[in-house]
Formats: sequence, structure tokens, C-alpha cells
Amino acid sequence: MNADDLLKPTDAGLYCEAGDFHVDPWKPVPQAVVTHAHADHACWGCGRYLGSEEGERVLRVRMGREAVIDALPYGSPLDVNGVRVSLHPAGHILGSAQVRLEHRGRVWVVSGDYKVEPDATCTPFEPVRCDVFVTESTFGLPIYRWPSQAAVFDEINAWWRANRDAGKASLLLGYALGKSQRLLSGLDPSIGPIYTHGAVEKLNRAYREGGVALPPTSYAGAAMKGKGWAGAMIVAPPSAHGTPWARKFAPLSTGIASGWMTIRGTRRRKALDRGFVLSDHVDWPGLLGSIESTGASRVLVTHGYTAVVVRYLRERGIAAEALATRYEGEGDAQDRAEAEAMEEAEAQEVDAGGTTA
Amino acid sequence: MRDFARLYAALDETTRTGEKVEALTRYFEQAPPADAAWAVYFLIGRKPKQVVPSKKIREWAAAEAGVPDWLFQESYDAVGDVAETVALLLPPSEHSTDLPLAEWVENRLLPLRGADEEAQRFAMLDAWRAMDRPQRFVWNKLISGGFRVGVSQQLVTRALGKAGGVDPTVVAHRLMGDWEPTPEFIGRLLAADSADSDHSRPYPFCLAYGVEGDPAALGSVDDWVAEWKWDGIRSQLIRRGGDTFLWSRGEELVTDRYPEIATLGASLPEGTAIDGEILPYLDGTPLPFAQLQRRIGRKTVGKTILAEVPVVLIAYDLLESDGRDLRAEPFEARRARLAELVARVDRPGRLILSPTVVADSWEAMAAARLAARSHQSEGLMLKRRGSPYHVGRKRGDWWKWKVDPFTVDAVLTAAQRGSGKRASLYTDYTFSVWDDDRRLVPFAKAYSGLTDAEIARVDAFVRRNMVEKFGPVRTVKPELVFELAFEGIQRSPRHKSGIAVRFPRILRWRLDKPAEEADTLESIRGMLPA
Ligand SMILES: [Zn+2]
Ligand SMILES: [Zn+2]
Repeated sequence: MNADDLLKPTDAGLYCEAGDFHVDPWKPVPQAVVTHAHADHACWGCGRYLGSEEGERVLRVRMGREAVIDALPYGSPLDVNGVRVSLHPAGHILGSAQVRLEHRGRVWVVSGDYKVEPDATCTPFEPVRCDVFVTESTFGLPIYRWPSQAAVFDEINAWWRANRDAGKASLLLGYALGKSQRLLSGLDPSIGPIYTHGAVEKLNRAYREGGVALPPTSYAGAAMKGKGWAGAMIVAPPSAHGTPWARKFAPLSTGIASGWMTIRGTRRRKALDRGFVLSDHVDWPGLLGSIESTGASRVLVTHGYTAVVVRYLRERGIAAEALATRYEGEGDAQDRAEAEAMEEAEAQEVDAGGTTA
Repeated sequence: MRDFARLYAALDETTRTGEKVEALTRYFEQAPPADAAWAVYFLIGRKPKQVVPSKKIREWAAAEAGVPDWLFQESYDAVGDVAETVALLLPPSEHSTDLPLAEWVENRLLPLRGADEEAQRFAMLDAWRAMDRPQRFVWNKLISGGFRVGVSQQLVTRALGKAGGVDPTVVAHRLMGDWEPTPEFIGRLLAADSADSDHSRPYPFCLAYGVEGDPAALGSVDDWVAEWKWDGIRSQLIRRGGDTFLWSRGEELVTDRYPEIATLGASLPEGTAIDGEILPYLDGTPLPFAQLQRRIGRKTVGKTILAEVPVVLIAYDLLESDGRDLRAEPFEARRARLAELVARVDRPGRLILSPTVVADSWEAMAAARLAARSHQSEGLMLKRRGSPYHVGRKRGDWWKWKVDPFTVDAVLTAAQRGSGKRASLYTDYTFSVWDDDRRLVPFAKAYSGLTDAEIARVDAFVRRNMVEKFGPVRTVKPELVFELAFEGIQRSPRHKSGIAVRFPRILRWRLDKPAEEADTLESIRGMLPA
């Protein structure tokens, strides 16, 4: 890192001295600019949050009613102490944004978490030209190359149908914010009824209010007792796996949707019936393509296979550096954050009860 | 190849035995005999010698994928398997092959052996370009000789029986011994009549479960014959057509490795099959298993080792006499004939009738069992009077009743670096056993019990077979099996296995056991105090 960098890593996160704000801080700060509402990017207790208009509702669900949130439409700039700040779609979850900072002719883009393939639950990723590009590297290995989303949804629906025909319920695991809604958007509701875990249902509401079309879902807790679950689809966070809650759906087949399911050993160790390769993060070709389309002369690499991506870019003549952050990719860390969010959601279960459509 | 790759994926996708058998049965029902023969061959773990070195496969795949060597290595570290890494790295494919499995194996794979490097490279690239990702993976597995998909021979046998309408025990018997994967073989395997021409073929071994809880639950002690449970290599010595065959339980023909026992063959009457245990034995006493390990795996044995670790065959059972299958006869009848045979052969330094342990109550039997360790035995074998010789593991007639400490064969699934002078080595291990769904569940951690040389070998294995990193912990391919001992056992909801053990330690490395044969959670639960 250089002395006159627009953003510098500090204890609390990436700090922009010129504008006196942090981007995706991991400790409470007076002014936070957040890329998206996942727990490792939006932390509790900041004085003010600046986030995308599209993501306001989900950010509110996560940060609480009291949080002060300034919402900015994609693409419209805001002057923050002389730094021109604008947000651009990252295609990761509803409202996820890349933060573009412009100051004295220099342009930095912090992409947060992002994904290139468009999906039905959020505005698609748009590359933004910049001098310095901050990128994640969760799946920064060439083995990660996503199959088309349509093919994965076909697989999921075929699995659901086969379970239904075998008199079983289908429990599909994906993290509560983003992945769950994306999964719902790809389910074929003609196969059977769809139920959700409380943590998922709560966010479904925020998605629907934000104008995202999701198939009708019912809160699974509300219909718990003495019900036959054969043929039903239940969408829940990974932390629900193996809990007494999940066992009530038996006989059931359990599947998980995650980029990590690319690897056979990981699929097998998760000891689930099925692993579907579906990620809300960028894959290897997407990562390289995005970097190229930013035109950045310098790339800062965060969470994931940081060292691998840095070395690969350098070998291709791109100035790349590792940037130490506390962001986390898809996986166990995400599960942990989800587990916390889930407990919180369970505490408010009554609140989320009943059928929504 | 398409159907076989689908079968592989189907088997890989499920942990349920029923679904695996179903997928296998469907495959065998529709596969052409030539394909079915090769499928059986690979599925039960036979393999042609590696035809292309995996170093070369890596190199060519990396070049084809446009990935530098170091990045291939990083990818491999994440995946833990060369065949899979290659399949994931190769450029996306537009093709998928219709050619049958047998065609790929016989006309593409086998001719690669001994071909020059350039020809091999062309053939590999050709194959990859013709295949989709699942096919490439299976092809790489076949090529590298590391084909394994987590189905036991028993499941394959069941599926073959179903598909062919043949009794699975007959299939099991026909699958033993030497055979070539040809359409004729599949014909013989699934043939209705049981006329058998292969005279080397052993019988499937009858195996025992561990006694769970109080043996008194087995009924009157008088209904049982007790023998020492020996810690050697379970084997069958066969004499037919003037030839002698010594088979290990792993279905390996080991006649040449134990010449002392092979020479017994000439003294046996035509049409004999003895079930027994190869035991290292010197000056009238058994040696520790570690001594026998010096001979396992050696194809040729020198004078020194023959003098230092001579072996005997402890005869347990007589399966065939005068060419007649005795397995359905009552245990005592078989044993009486066996005793007669051993006496007639009269080679007390080579062939020993398994001694029985007599006790008039379970208490007395338990007391006798305590003495087991003192003569290098692991405990008692209990065999029900009147019982037949079963195929495989059947609950009810044969039980092993091991002495304390409790011992378990578990699979190494994770490792961590040690501390102090061992900080650079992976010395802290996590061991797992099979749960009710045939998944490996962590069961104990152990740090001690291996020699420095063994630690170095395990360390090298861990480095080469890492799968995932969780902080300092490295998960590894579940391949190595160790016998663990522990003192106490209790239920524990805090542990994933539901069980906590006291003072677990490594007794020995079970080089002779594949991971599939490690113990089950079920059998460990049986050790819980009532
Ligand atoms: Zn995220
Ligand atoms: Zn993240």
C-alpha cells in the first residue's frame, strides 16, 4: 500500500481519509459506506450507513430499526467531504453494490462480493472503469467455473420432483440472505408447496417489498405439528442441517447449494444427499474478465485465494497486491454469521409467521 | 462410457446403500456384457497397472488448460485428487462420448501401456477432447488406477445377483479368485448352473461381529465353542487339481509369500479348503503382529526374514473336503473333520488346529478371556454349535469378543502439526469411523503410539493428500486405517459421534485394511456400558 492511497486498511476497516468514512468496516465507525448487508461487510452499530437504494430494506432487516441509513440509487454520485461517491450493481445479492470513489482524478472501486452471471433477484453486475480495483477472491482458483444457473435449477427441480415421487420432503440449504431467495426464484412451484425457515422468510418479505418476484412460500414453523411433509420443498440456512427442527420433515432428502460443491470431497464430507454448484460469488473466468474490464492498473485482492490471485495477476503483468481484511467468503464463516442471524430470527418468529405470497 | 460415468455420479451422489444397489442394478441390467465385465472389475477395486504416470497426466492437463504448474498444484491442494483436479481444470468441453466403456478400456486405455510418451500424450488429449466433464473424471480415474467410488464388493454382488437373478452368495464365490473381465466372464458370473471350472477359487470368508454388551445375552455357554482370536492374516489354503493356493482375506493370492505354508499343500488331499490364520510363530509361541508386518507386502522372502519371522497356519475350519463344499454342515462336524485332517498331515510346526477354550459358565469364559493378551491373542471367537459357514458378515452365529482395552479400527481423516520438536510434522490425528449412513464421523483424536519412521510416513501422506484447511487442521483423504485403543467409553451429546472415549492411543497402523473396512459407529456403540 502507498502513503497517498485513497483507502487504507485500519483496525476498523478500509478508511478513506479524504472523505472521512470507512468502506465495509468490521468495527462500528461514525460513517460507513457498505457494499451489501452480509454480516462480514455490514457491521452493527455504525453512526450512519450509506448503501444502495435497492438494498435498503435488507440492510434495515440486518442493522435494525434504529440504524440511520442513507440510500443512494445506483449510478448517482454523492459528494462526501470532497470525495465523489457512487454505487454500482455488484450482482451478488439484492442491493449489493460496488463502491466507486473519485478524488483528485483518481478512481477506486471496491467491489465487495460480486458475481457476473445475472439472476432474477438483483440488478446484474456492471463493470466500472477505475484505476484501482479492490476484488474478492473467494473462488480464486481455475477449478471454479460455474455451470449455467439454468442447468443447476433444472437439476434442483429434478431432484425435488424425484423426492416428491418417492414420498420425501426436500430440504434445500443456502444462506438466508441472497442464496435462499435466488434458489426460490429458480424453483418450479408446480412441483409442490414451498416452505421456508424463519430466517429466510423474514428476508423474503424484504425481497418481495423490493419488487423481486418469488414463488409463494409459507413459513415452515407455522405448519409444524402433525403435518405430512412429503413432496414439500423447505428452504433453510445451512446451520439448520441436522437440527431437531430439520428432522421433523423426515423422510427427507437434504441438498445444499454452494460454490464449494464443485469439489467431490467437499460434497461427500458435508454428508448431504446432494450438492448443487451455485454461488453468488464470481468464478475464476468471471474474476479475470471483470478485472480486465475495469481497466484498472492496480488490483487489490481480498478475502479468499488472495495469494493465488495476486501471483497469477502479477505473472500477467498486472500490479496486484494482497489487501488484508476480515471479509469472509461463502462457507463456514458465512454459516456462522447466518447462525447468529438465525437465532435472532427465531427470537422474532411470531413476527414472521403465516403465509406470504 | 456415458452410462458408466452416470453410474459413477449416481453412486457418488448418495450415501444410501439401497440407492447404490438400485443404481448398480439398473446399470448391470442394461449394460452390454463387455461393459458390465469392466464395470465389475473396476467397481470391486481391481485395476490395471497404472499406464500413464500421474506426473505426466498433470503436466499435459496443465498445458491443455493453460495453467502454470504452481497453479495446478494450488488447485490440486484444494481438490486432493489428480483425476478430479484435471477434470475441473481442462477447458470446457463441447463433446461427450458414446463409445462403450469396453471400447475405451480395451482399445484406448490398455494399448497406452508401453507406448511412447508422445503417443500417450496424443491419446490423452484425444480422449479429453471427446469427453464431457464427468466422463473425463471417470477416464482419469481409470487411467490413474485409483478408481474408487465407495461401494463395497458386497453391494456390487447384491446388484449383480438382482440383475442376473442369481443368488448373491453364488455371485460372491464366482467373483473370487482370478478372472479376466470378458463378456464370457459375465456370462459365467450370472449363469444359472453352478458348475465351476476355476479350481483356484476360494470361498467368501465368514466374518464375525463384535460382542455387544454382556455375552450372557447369547444364551447358554454350552451352545458355543470358543477359540482364541488370533492377530494374523486370515487366509484360505486350497489344494485342487494338484495345485496349492493360499488366499488372503483381501483376496490376494499370497502362495509365494509364505512358502512354509505353501509346502503344506502337497500333504493335503485333493479337493481341500482350509480356513485359517497365518500367524508369525517362533519356538512354540506367536510373535506380535508387527513382526508379521515385515512380511506383508513382500513378494519375495529372503532367508533372514524366513528365519526371523517364520509363520504357521492356525486352522479354524474345513470348507471343502474331497472336493465337496462342507459349508452347510454343522460347525462341530466340520471341526471334527478338520481335526482329523490336521492329525493326518502331522506337521505340528506348520499346521496347527485352532485350540478351543473350554469354560462351564460365562464368568469362567470371561476369566479365560483375560488371559488372551498373555499369548498374543486379541480375545475370543465365539462360534455357535451347529452353525453353518456363512458368506460374509452375518449377525448371530460368530462373534468376536476382544479383550480390553477396547480397540477400534478407524480412518485417519484429519491431521494437525505437533508441538515442540515435532512442530514441523503432522502428528496430531483425528480418526473417524463409519456411521449408520456409511459416512465417516470423527470419533477420537490421538497423538501417540507410532514410531518415528511411521510418523514420517504419515506426515508425507498428509502433505500429499490434504483436502481442506480449517485453521491449523488439514483434512486428508480417508485412506489410512489405524487400530486405536482406549480405556473408557461413554455417551456424549457434545461429540458428533455421540460417543466420548478415554485415553485413545494408536496401537498400530493397519496397512492391511482398506478404509471401507474400518469399524462402524454401530459396533462402537455396542461397547457402551448398558
Ligand atoms: Zn456477501
Ligand atoms: Zn464477503
